Amino acid sequence: MNAINSVTGAKADVKQNLEVADNQVTVGSCFTEAPKMTMRNVNVFYDDKQAIHDVSVDIAKHEVIAMIGPSGCGKSTFLRSLNRMNDTVESCRVEGEICMDGENLYAPKLDVVELRARVGMVFQKPNPFPKSIYDNVAYGPKIHGLADTRVDLDEIVENSLRKASLWEEVKERLHQSGTGLSGGQQQRLCIARAIAVSPEVILMDEPCSALDPIATAKIEELIEELSQNFTIAIVTHSMQQAARVSHRTAYFHLGRLIEVNPTEQVFTMPEHELTEAYITGRFG
Amino acid sequence: MQATNILILILGLGIFAFYLGRGRSLALAKPLGGIRHIHSLPSYYGAHVALWCALPSLLLLGLWMIFDDPLINSIVLKSLATGGMAIDASSESLLLNKITNLADGVLPRKGEEPALVVAADLMLRLQEISRWSLTALMMTLTLMGFGWSWSRISSTFRARPQVEKVMEKLLLSCACVAIFTTLGIVLSVLFESIQFFRSVPVDDFVFGLDWSPQTAIREDQVGSSGSFGAVPLFVGTLLISAVAMCIAVPVGLMSAIYLAEYASKSVRSFAKPALEVLAGIPTVVYGFFAALTVAPFLRDLGASFGLSVSSESALAAGGVMGVMIIPFISSLADDVITAVPQSMRDGSLAMGATKSETVRNVIIPAALPGIVGGIMLAVSRAIGETMIVVMAAGMAAKLTANPLDSVTTVTVQIVTLLTGDQEFDSPKTLAAFALGLMLFVVTLMLNIFALQIVKKYREQYD
Repeated sequence: MNAINSVTGAKADVKQNLEVADNQVTVGSCFTEAPKMTMRNVNVFYDDKQAIHDVSVDIAKHEVIAMIGPSGCGKSTFLRSLNRMNDTVESCRVEGEICMDGENLYAPKLDVVELRARVGMVFQKPNPFPKSIYDNVAYGPKIHGLADTRVDLDEIVENSLRKASLWEEVKERLHQSGTGLSGGQQQRLCIARAIAVSPEVILMDEPCSALDPIATAKIEELIEELSQNFTIAIVTHSMQQAARVSHRTAYFHLGRLIEVNPTEQVFTMPEHELTEAYITGRFG
Repeated sequence: MQATNILILILGLGIFAFYLGRGRSLALAKPLGGIRHIHSLPSYYGAHVALWCALPSLLLLGLWMIFDDPLINSIVLKSLATGGMAIDASSESLLLNKITNLADGVLPRKGEEPALVVAADLMLRLQEISRWSLTALMMTLTLMGFGWSWSRISSTFRARPQVEKVMEKLLLSCACVAIFTTLGIVLSVLFESIQFFRSVPVDDFVFGLDWSPQTAIREDQVGSSGSFGAVPLFVGTLLISAVAMCIAVPVGLMSAIYLAEYASKSVRSFAKPALEVLAGIPTVVYGFFAALTVAPFLRDLGASFGLSVSSESALAAGGVMGVMIIPFISSLADDVITAVPQSMRDGSLAMGATKSETVRNVIIPAALPGIVGGIMLAVSRAIGETMIVVMAAGMAAKLTANPLDSVTTVTVQIVTLLTGDQEFDSPKTLAAFALGLMLFVVTLMLNIFALQIVKKYREQYD
């Protein structure tokens, strides 16, 4: 395939800088010691259209890795292939190797249901079920049989809501509908729902893009707390957010992983010119 | 001029006025520098002129058609009465009929009573006057409307909101048509029923356990006085509907879930239309299928188990009716299930729920109102279904809850009551209206009940 160029119009002046060579290799520190998840030569296709080209990267245990890049660069697609949510898209096909703790997630005998319990996900738009707050959080524990008694379940719900720093706000109205909460509260409810099944990894797909700045600040604070217990991969459109919450940052461009480096370095001394162009706001 | 001719003329004038109005506004716009400098688009000016041109006279035409005939008739009758003819209420319509026929030339005038011939002439004259005054009035109204609207066209005239208002009224009146028709049907059934309840007490009808509507037709005839207990009919109806729903709801719902959640695009594109073909089969075909294939099969099957199954059984009729209803439920449920946002599914799947857990815990509760709506529609369909029952379930009004027995339904009895030679004021015939009314009330209550259930259990997503 020839070099790709998606930038047009007013930004055409920088176009020569934005072309990605076919043999583009990821610069920076993609690989870590003792990784939680390892991705090797991952390609993702929608029908014949390739959305992800040859991505290899590690995610370390208990780190927050941010994935940034312009719209349509494939970061969400990549994120969704980490818990096989792409299976729900009929035309989607994943090649390469994605492993968690050395176990290939795309092995035929792998139990997808169990995988998704281990790799939780928080979506762009808060999507609480139209059930009570309590039932929203209890949903996962119930279907996975994590609680034998009602008391156990109550405890899981309370702990999850506390970890999502939502408990104080909703403890009086656990049995009201989750859809009646504000946007920020709904998103924290979704986080509580995800952590109620004690996943090892939490994937967040632009979790703050539908929220106001105050709610965003709360979620970011929460991500930092959660990183003590969970491994988090977050896709974000906000570079400030990536800078604030993540330990490492991965820059995607047109389906290719351009650079992975410690966040501080990415935002101060990016290795690749494309990364630099993006973070300095020359396009995006 | 005939009313239809006037109608066509007015509509033609309306279209003509549209172009005139539009042309005038375009002419206005040109010196100002294009249509952006007049308030509304030229077509709105045109529409405004056309509406003013046509609507008032069309309204007049409608009113005229309603009041024209009764007015003429009453004048003619009055003239007859003053001419010394004795007219009572019962002979009135007969007399009028005769006069109308004379006037239209259907009856020969020779040999008729002179008074009637005079009346017929009077009627003809009145009709003539009516037609001409209508034409004149309508033309005047049209021209006045046109002139008024024409004079208002200017670059600042707000034609768009005016047309919008008329559109709103038009939509409202269409909604009213539906409402008033329903109301009219209910009232007419109600009045006939009240007449029925004059001869048969209400509690005998509603709580009576015996249905045999045979009454003596002539005074001197020896016959039963008939008993009109509707309970066996309603039990039969509910029994057959229950059998039908037992088949249609699970099969329909599950096929909808399969189509909406599991089937690949290619399977879906084939299976959904195939299922809907079921809805296109005429009920009479289902009827003989039930009577000639299913019922004997069930009877033989029952015999091999030592059960006595009637050859016209509620089970056969209900079962075939259930098959008929499957596409109703499946296609409505499929629509509401597909309408549940993908984010709900994603949320559940990402929690590690399987597809069926997702369907059970998230999709169905969210789609419940639509599903129940579909089921209620299907129930109404089952209760109202006649043909299959006539052919496969028999006519015997038995009070039984045994689906292997033969039963009859409300609709079947309505059909048998109203077909054949009947006296129109005998309780036997009027019973049909009472049954219809009660059926309506029962269906209405079922609907209200279902709405309450939905309100209680629905899980609303936004």
